[in-house]
Amino acid sequence: MSEIKMTVNGKPVRGDVKDNTLLVEFIREHLRLTGTHVGCDTSQCGACVVHVNGKAIKSCTMLAASADGAEVTTIEGVANGDLHPMQKAFNDNHGLQCGFCTPGMIMSGIDMVQRYKSAGKTLDEAAIRHELEGNICRCTGYHNIVKSIAQAAGEM
Amino acid sequence: MHNANYHAAHTTADAASLLASAEDGVLLAGGQTLLPTMKARLAAPSDLVDISRAEELRGISIADGAVTIGAMTTHSEVASNSDLQTAFPALCSLAGRIGDPAVRHRGTIGGSLANNDPAACYPAAVLATGATISTNTRDIAADDYFQGMFTTALKEGEIITSVTLPIPQAAHYQKFAQPASRFALVGVFVAKYADGVRVAVTGASEDGVHRWTEAEVALSDSFAAEAVADLAVSADGLISDLHGDGAYRANLVKVLTGRAVTAAG
Repeated sequence: MSEIKMTVNGKPVRGDVKDNTLLVEFIREHLRLTGTHVGCDTSQCGACVVHVNGKAIKSCTMLAASADGAEVTTIEGVANGDLHPMQKAFNDNHGLQCGFCTPGMIMSGIDMVQRYKSAGKTLDEAAIRHELEGNICRCTGYHNIVKSIAQAAGEM
Repeated sequence: MHNANYHAAHTTADAASLLASAEDGVLLAGGQTLLPTMKARLAAPSDLVDISRAEELRGISIADGAVTIGAMTTHSEVASNSDLQTAFPALCSLAGRIGDPAVRHRGTIGGSLANNDPAACYPAAVLATGATISTNTRDIAADDYFQGMFTTALKEGEIITSVTLPIPQAAHYQKFAQPASRFALVGVFVAKYADGVRVAVTGASEDGVHRWTEAEVALSDSFAAEAVADLAVSADGLISDLHGDGAYRANLVKVLTGRAVTAAG
């Protein structure tokens, strides 16, 4: 067992976890923040993407203990009163069907827009599609997901 | 997932002593291969020594015609380093195509080299540049380091600290990605130096990354795609699976080498 402390969505949290606890298990089962999903559990589908110290990572492929001391943001933490521009864009463009992949899509979308903006690069459609390589939507709703991220990129 | 005792190491020395005192300990770098391997029960270490907080193992520095990259430097940090983009763009391009963006935020060059997956990208760059792998006990030449699929010259408890790659005059990495996994079905790294050309191939051989010496001789004589067009690549010992048989991979080795030479200019 390890005692871990981190900041999740701006709030300090702590937990006593078994050493093999994955970050996504800590988020979902200890903190009961169930917006972060587990799809494949093999770091391919991206449903579990959260931000750790400002970077998108797959929380099924990081130990909770490795995130000790980190700043973590989950889908529950992106809205600030109103919906985040990325959430609004998914709503506006019908960027989801069943919604299972959506939390990961939104966390990856925010990460890619922030990275491209800080590097001064243009996030065009081809770039969005390349950047989404690690997020799988089994409703095959990619066209509207790409449109959603493109809209949010113009608003963020 | 298989349980293991977790330890956080803040320095290389800490990591070495934690490894030495563990029954069957392994280093946890970015975890992008190790954790899925443990989930699949293909690895069951007694202890995990997490070196992600060891700052001395991170960073990129360019000096004397070579770049030195700390073992715990992530793929994303290599891909986005502006000095490296100017000095050695082929390496940034390679790093920016490993896995996906979230994997690149965790995966590290040291982890990739220690694992030596037969379809990994970094081993091709390290072998093609004749790089030097530095550990906590010694320096190892790339030609001596890679010893077959998932096998390296690393000894029990030895820790990669950095890798130093001589910067080529021209280079390019051609990756033919397996469409589902995005690993290289075949990848070819071509690096041109004043004293000759080196060509390293990943993804193709049952023995892992290797040099294509016939192409090196031909390209050192004439650095053009036509120089390799008439060379024969044997399918013996090449990987055959549902994604492509050995003859298919053999052809890819030649085609991708030609494309890499053209792209390197």
